[in-house]
Amino acid sequence: MGPSKPLLNLMDVTARNVLGIKSILGTELLKKHHIEQILDCAFYFKAIRNRKAQFPKSLSGKNAVMLFFEPSTRTRSSFALAAKNLGGNTVVLTKEASSTGKGETLVDTARTIEAMQPDILVLRHPSAGSPHHIDRALGIPVVNAGDGFHEHPTQALLDLMTLKEFKGDFSGMRVLIVGDIAHSRVARSDIYALQTMGAKVSVCGPPTLLPPQIEALGVTAYTDLKKAVRDQDVVMVLRIQLERLNPAQNPSGGEYARFYGVSTETLKHCKPDVLIMHPGPVNRGVELSPDVVDGPRSVILNQVGNGVFVRMAIFHLLTGGEAVHEGTMV
Amino acid sequence: MSDLLIKNGRVVDPSQELDATVDVLILDGKVSALKSGIDASAHPGIRVVDAAGCVVTPGWVDMHTHLRDPGFSHKETIQSGAMAAAAGGFTSIACMANTKPVNDNPFVTSYIYQKASSCDVNVYAIGAITKGLEGKQLAEIGSMFEAGIVGISDDGATVQDSYIMRKALDYSRKFDLVVISHAECTCLKGLGVMNEGVNSTRFGLRGNPKAAEEVIVARDILLAELTGARLHIAHVSTAGSVRLLREAKAKGIKVTGEATPHHLILTDDAVGNYDTNTKVAPPLREQVDVDALIEGVKDGTIDALATDHAPHSVTEKKLNTITLRSGW
Repeated sequence: MGPSKPLLNLMDVTARNVLGIKSILGTELLKKHHIEQILDCAFYFKAIRNRKAQFPKSLSGKNAVMLFFEPSTRTRSSFALAAKNLGGNTVVLTKEASSTGKGETLVDTARTIEAMQPDILVLRHPSAGSPHHIDRALGIPVVNAGDGFHEHPTQALLDLMTLKEFKGDFSGMRVLIVGDIAHSRVARSDIYALQTMGAKVSVCGPPTLLPPQIEALGVTAYTDLKKAVRDQDVVMVLRIQLERLNPAQNPSGGEYARFYGVSTETLKHCKPDVLIMHPGPVNRGVELSPDVVDGPRSVILNQVGNGVFVRMAIFHLLTGGEAVHEGTMV
Repeated sequence: MSDLLIKNGRVVDPSQELDATVDVLILDGKVSALKSGIDASAHPGIRVVDAAGCVVTPGWVDMHTHLRDPGFSHKETIQSGAMAAAAGGFTSIACMANTKPVNDNPFVTSYIYQKASSCDVNVYAIGAITKGLEGKQLAEIGSMFEAGIVGISDDGATVQDSYIMRKALDYSRKFDLVVISHAECTCLKGLGVMNEGVNSTRFGLRGNPKAAEEVIVARDILLAELTGARLHIAHVSTAGSVRLLREAKAKGIKVTGEATPHHLILTDDAVGNYDTNTKVAPPLREQVDVDALIEGVKDGTIDALATDHAPHSVTEKKLNTITLRSGW
């Protein structure tokens, strides 16, 4: 492949974009005003949907390429619906479908796609930092849809949207994340985004699944779930991928459920108005008991619904759409 | 050609406790005078180099390099490695055994010396400890010694079996060969690609803990004490390893250690841009480790600086889209 010549100039992209940032690589890199602008825009789209009005076709004539090198159902369909709602086109390339991928470097794959002149690239990849490599190589905006254990920023933003909906204000909000923190990109993105918005974040899990020096990120780490849930406004439960853990990290699913599964019994130790969240898909009976999944404190399906609006907001803003909020007239 | 006058440089040569601004006169390829104000006109036609503002030293020695030849000449050859060494001021280098085939027998050793004979610097071969670097059976250490090896090491493929390592140390005594240990416990390293710590947590990359190095440093020091053999710890990277080395030396155990420039200068903060060039073995550590290494160099706990020059091709350091085997 020849010398790197992005088809668009990076400065042009950021100049035409009200966020002033080219790509969404992770929440660690987002400032409070970025998050507020994205959420404002997402609530604007949600208000339009609630009024059954027409979405603005701000992605009309534009193409979003979605590179998914890891299995995904909800994130992928959420991005696809988001683009379609705004009148945009999507092309999905998966690991299986992309014969160009064989023996090719990641940056070469991305440049090949850029040569077809899409307007935005969405990437899910098993290797941490892969969207950063692509972002440096390409002129178009890149949205990280999950990179290894590193970040999953759109998940964190939809979590924030849901929290804002139910709790209103982030300052002083106490959020506990429970589960396999070490291998969770959701945990990292939520920690950074919630802290930026003024929330106090704690984590809880077996010591084998808490990453080294996690407290250096400004969170409190617990290994006792009953103690951890006390006084929390939100308990965010992560999917435990037992098949991915080695036997030295967790003895069994049953033992995990006994010590770290969130059940009706756990709720007795929580504040009565606690919110239960989960990024999905849920292992019913492992990390969450079925009655809690379907119970009155669960906002899991609200999270899924908000995911579409957050991703619409990101498409809209990164491709040059105007800043909007709930009160903006259509 | 072999006559040279280097004027006005700061000449440093620890072997004769020299650190002064003097001229160096080289006649017939040999240093024939070290003194101020050597007159070039006394030597008609001699090449004169003005080294004002420069440090002039004897040729440097790099005891830890990888020349990739035989087997991986797309990365490096003995010739290109020797040229790189000369360009960096090194006149003697030693090359590790992880070639293809492995330097675990006298034929490969002889091949290396044959290639080296036409190079501009002295190239010394280090033999493997075990056949094929597999950690199971001792290599033909004696025969390689006769062919000229100057030490033995399985380098990146640390001997995990303590019994084999003990026997290698025992066997090395017959030839008074130094056993060089790349100290890294494979089990503890796991799939780690960078130092385990707050940065691996932040970057979402798997960590390789300092203990993976230190348990092998401790083991090999105990085995050196047990066997009385000469042990050298390659590229020491952690404060804990420096402490173990210092304590072992105080007890009179025959152990030495080296540090690389990158471990003395960089920390794992450098990994934050996901540049795969920051992936090294052992990984870049933290500031406390850099500080301890510098302290170790100052107090003599670290005996040598070595580069661990280990070239890969540019393509190999890029992320493959699907497999990701390279790069990280």
